[in-house]
Amino acid sequence: MRAASARAVLRRADWCMADTVLFELLHTEMVAELWAPDPDPGPGGQKTSLSVLESMGFRVGQALGERLPQETLGFREELEVLKFLCKDLWVAVFHKQMDSLRTNHQGTYVLQDNSFPLLVPMASGRQYVEEAPKFLAFTCGLLCGALGTLGFQSLVTASVTALPACKFQVVIRKP
Amino acid sequence: MAVCIAVIAKENYPLYIRSTPMENELKFHYMVHTSLDVVDEKISAMGKALVDQRELYLGLLYPTEDYKVYGYVTNSKVKFVMVVDSSNTALRDNEIRSMFRKLHNSYTDVMCNPFYNPGDPIQSRAFDSMVTSMMIQVC
Repeated sequence: MRAASARAVLRRADWCMADTVLFELLHTEMVAELWAPDPDPGPGGQKTSLSVLESMGFRVGQALGERLPQETLGFREELEVLKFLCKDLWVAVFHKQMDSLRTNHQGTYVLQDNSFPLLVPMASGRQYVEEAPKFLAFTCGLLCGALGTLGFQSLVTASVTALPACKFQVVIRKP
Repeated sequence: MAVCIAVIAKENYPLYIRSTPMENELKFHYMVHTSLDVVDEKISAMGKALVDQRELYLGLLYPTEDYKVYGYVTNSKVKFVMVVDSSNTALRDNEIRSMFRKLHNSYTDVMCNPFYNPGDPIQSRAFDSMVTSMMIQVC
């Protein structure tokens, strides 16, 4: 009985892990593809690639913002929407919760992830810090899109000081 | 069986509106438009009530002599409005709820469709056929 349930747990863990890896690999390829045609595009070209990644994330975020929230009207205020992003959205996409959420209660939120799954395979420390922003562009768009569907215009930026920890800063624009 | 089904965006313009008796289309458009006020009232009333579980299904918005109008709102403030024939007394509340749930699921599928731009009128044939299955059969 215990052997059977242990096997079932292992199988589920394998399936969960395979799930995460698939998205990570796809994301890595996406970034590589956008950078490949022009390995040194200069500041203008880089910006286009970053905005393409962000707009892809935005569209995905819009769709997730429609599909993920639960069957009840749970979002009474901004903070609840941000908590939804940190818990439900992050778990759905990255299989873990955001590590910390801070706010100044005036529309600015800092979401911190101490081991961001898309950065974990790269390095653990300061190596590749300059390359990290292009791997965060899609996720910034994702947050922006999800917030957009749930009714908030926002500006999302990401910063990395030491992989794999990263911070996403969300500024909600007042209408 | 509904007589008219409409999907309204959060900015209160219609993304999709379809009614069966073709000749009275304008009347249904007008009914849906006036029901938006009632929807907004219900949403703000729910916001003030300190109920933890607020429902997506809004229930009967208002009855007229020939028709009843039901509403449903999603977390992204997209509203579904359904006009039902009053004479059809066989339709119960939980049937209406299940029709709205199907609408919501189909709308979510439309949102996830990469060929659909959020904010555009819905042109998905799959969504169309789902709505047709819910509309009244008029010969």
